[in-house]
This record gives sequence, C-alpha cells and structure tokens, in this order.
Amino acid sequence: MKFICFGYLDESKWEGMSEERVKAFMEECFAYDDELRRGGHFIGGEALQSARNSVTLSFQNSQVVVTDGPFSETKEQVGGILFLEARDLNHAIALMSKHPGVKMGPFEIRSADEEINALVKNRTV
Amino acid sequence: MSSTPSDIRTIVDDVYRRESRRVFATLVRLVGDFDLAEEAMHDAFASAVEKWSSEGVPDNPRAWLVSAGRFKAIDTLRRRTRFDASLEEIARRVGDSSSLPQGIDDESIEDDRLRLIFTCCHPALGRETQIALTLREVCGLTTEEVASAFLTSPSTIAQRIVRGKSKIRDAGIPYQVPSNKDIPERLASVLAVIYLVFNEGYSASSGESLTRSDLSAEAIRLGRLIVDLMPDGEVIGLLALMLLQESRRTARTSLAGDIILLEDQDRSLWNRDHIAEGHSLVERAFASGVSGPYAVQAGIAALHASASAPDQTDWGQIVALYDLLLQMGSSPVVELNRAVAVAMRDGPAAGLPLIESILATGELNQYHLAHAARADLCRRLGHRDEAISSYRQALALARQEPERRFLERRINELQ
Repeated sequence: MKFICFGYLDESKWEGMSEERVKAFMEECFAYDDELRRGGHFIGGEALQSARNSVTLSFQNSQVVVTDGPFSETKEQVGGILFLEARDLNHAIALMSKHPGVKMGPFEIRSADEEINALVKNRTV
Repeated sequence: MSSTPSDIRTIVDDVYRRESRRVFATLVRLVGDFDLAEEAMHDAFASAVEKWSSEGVPDNPRAWLVSAGRFKAIDTLRRRTRFDASLEEIARRVGDSSSLPQGIDDESIEDDRLRLIFTCCHPALGRETQIALTLREVCGLTTEEVASAFLTSPSTIAQRIVRGKSKIRDAGIPYQVPSNKDIPERLASVLAVIYLVFNEGYSASSGESLTRSDLSAEAIRLGRLIVDLMPDGEVIGLLALMLLQESRRTARTSLAGDIILLEDQDRSLWNRDHIAEGHSLVERAFASGVSGPYAVQAGIAALHASASAPDQTDWGQIVALYDLLLQMGSSPVVELNRAVAVAMRDGPAAGLPLIESILATGELNQYHLAHAARADLCRRLGHRDEAISSYRQALALARQEPERRFLERRINELQ
C-alpha cells in the first residue's frame, strides 16, 4: 500500500535552531531515508519552503480568491512530505516511528486513495 | 440421525449463540472485509438450518459454518465482480471455491478472535468508535442495543460503526494481533475500552438500569475472553478489578436508587463468588511479576472486599498501594484517593491538608468528588460552614441524580 506522510514542524522552533543542529538533524533524516530506500519503502519525498511563503486558493462568491499564507493559523505547519510503501498501516507506523523527523514534529500518515488514482491513470488524454 | 425441523432450529440457534462471533472473526480474516463476512455468516447459518435437517448435524459445526460462509462470500463476490471490476482483487485473494480455506483449526480460530479485538481497538480509531465496534463486532450486540446502552440514537451508533469499518479498510488497518514489541501499548487500548464499557454500566445512573448492568456483564465477559486468550498480568488485573467492583453492585444503592457509601453498605449483600474469584485473580496478577495499574487497583479493591467491617479495613496497606499506583504514573484523581485513604488511616486532620493542596493546583476544580471529599473531612472535623460550602460546590458540579440527592441530604443534615 502507498502511504503519504506529512511531517509537521513548528517553524519558529526550527528557525531558532543553530546551523550545526539543523545540519546534524538533516543528516540523521537523510540517513534514515536511505535506509527506507534500501528496503524499497521510500517512493519519494519533498521538503517544503516555509508556510509563510505559501499562498492559498479558495473559491468565494463564484471566483477564485488568492490569499497569503496557509489556510489555518496553527503553530505547526507541514514541513515536508514523504511517499512510503508499506504492507499496511501497522507497518507504516512502525517504519515512520523510527524516522528522526518525528522528534521535530508530528507525522500524519494517510493511505493513498487508489480508486481515484486509478481514474487519473486511466484517463485518455 | 433423524431430527425434526424444530430440533434443528434449536440446535442452530444454540450454535449461533456460542459460535457466531468466532465464525465471524475467522470469516473476516478469510474474506478480508467486515460487511462481506457478516453477510456470509448469516447466509451460512441460514443454509445450516436447511442442510443439517437433511444431512444431519456435522461433527464440527464451527468448521462447517466457516467453510459454508466462505463459499457464500465467494458466490457474492462473483456476482458483484460482474458489475464492479474493482472487486476482482478481493475475489482473487479469497480464492476459488474449489480450494480449502487455510487455518480453520481451533487454534487459528481463537487467534482470529484476538485479531478482531485488536483491530476494533486499533489506536488509529477514536475511542467512541473503538467502543461501538467492539460491542457490535466482538460481543455481537445489535446497533440498537449499543445505542440504548450509551443513550444515543441508533443512527449515531450506526454511523460510527460504518465510519469505523471504512477507516479499517481505507487507512490500511491490518487484521492482526500486534507484534510482541507493540503488545503492551496496543493491549492498553483494548483494556481501556473494556474498562470504559464496564464503568458505563457500573457508574452511570441515568437510563434503564437493567441495560446498564448488561453492559458491565458484557465487559466482564470480554475480560474473561482476553484472560483466556492472552493471560497477561494486567488483563488478569482488570478482570479482578471488574469482578470486585461488581460484587458490591446490589449493596451500593438503596431500593429508592440512592447511593450508599462503602462504609455504610450491608456487607452481607456483597457477592461472595465474585470476591473469591477476584481475590484469586489478584494473586495471579501479582504473581505474574509485572503488575500494572489495573492489578494494583484490583489489589486495593480486594483489601476493601476482605474487610468484614469498615473499621477492619487495612488502610495502611491501601495507602501503600496508592503510593505504588502514583509511581506508575501520577494522576490528581489517584492523589485524591490516596489522601482519603490517609485520612482513614491517620484521621481527618491528616487528610485535609493533602486534599487542600490537590485542590490548590486547580486540576480537580471541576471534579465534584474532590469537593465532596474535602466537605466530608471538614464535616468529620466539625468545621460546619466549610463543609457546607464544599458540599455546595460539589452539588453545583455533580451530574448524576443519586449523587445530587446524596449531597443535598448531607447539606440538610448540617444546616
């Protein structure tokens, strides 16, 4: 099964960290990503720029409205996403529990909706 | 063997009562879907009525039903795949009707019951969903029964169950007993569900009392089932705790439905069988080496149960067990109970400052029993005005009618 893991982090805490600590933390994360890759569990991943640099599109009064920043003002924002291959949810939880990123902020684990993905894949352009 | 159709129906009904949840648990594993398994199980029992009349009752009715249920599920899937190609994957997994199902020996079937319990209590599900699913799928209660026990509408419970089942399917929650490493954490969630079901039946005062005691009986049944399947110290401790509390059920309320405090209860009304079983389970739990919070709470309940009169209670030992409980994880409610036990051991003057310092942290300000405990110690010390003011605070927070009547009575006595 394919799982998408959203890694949340508190940006102010992250920005307050020293350069060496950030570097050491990233190295730890990369090393574990490599381990996932070797096991065939790492399908892909993206690190994200600060949520401050995001825009939100919404539909209001029959038109698309662009607003600054993330949709909700919460302390923790999505900092990165990881595509994971695992047998089932328990396996996904076991794999992500060992990811160093969880020490920085919570992971949300969601299974891919293969029904909709199949629709997308089978579209004839 | 010749049996009349009504004999057969009685036999099938009896097998249904004893085996239907086992058959269901195994079918969920074999067909990989809760709804399909439920439907297939009912089909299998329906065809048992017919087939057993003509062919006789099989030697192993359980295995017969599992096998018949699986065939029914395969038929259903075949019919549906004609309309919905996405079911082909499930159909392939279930296999074809010519192959024999794997693992329908007694041991695998018992494992399936554990699989079902751990799946219904998976931490990815909300607590309310875990409770509804466990009562519905593991205990076999109807949606209406679950709804009436929790004083909600059947449609609310039905929705909770449907959402829970789709989450199990869509989020990829596996049908398995967790690995050894994860058992303590996952078992804690199963035990929490059982204890909540028990307490809902034991402490809630509203609603029909009969239904409520059924809920406690159901929790005790679940506790026994898990003790059989996974005799861990905490599982045994929880069953002991439930039995020891249940032993006092008839003594803790008057005929009018008013609360009778532990010290005022007629101890001859306590259920001796429950107490004896509770005692031996407590010993077993402590002997297992790892005693957790349920075993310690059962130990406290056992000390209360073995006192022939309130002044025979071993309060020193009870305080020691509360200390042990606090070491396992501090909680203001446990501290409050400990303070009350200290007051019983050393007198109200020793307990009052402890309760006041707990109230000063503010954590129990909304907990009526904290104010009631302070009121009680003030009353014993003859501090009349303070007692009345604390009883009033407790009354403002209490939600259960018998508790409110009890507090009002105390206030009237003091005025």
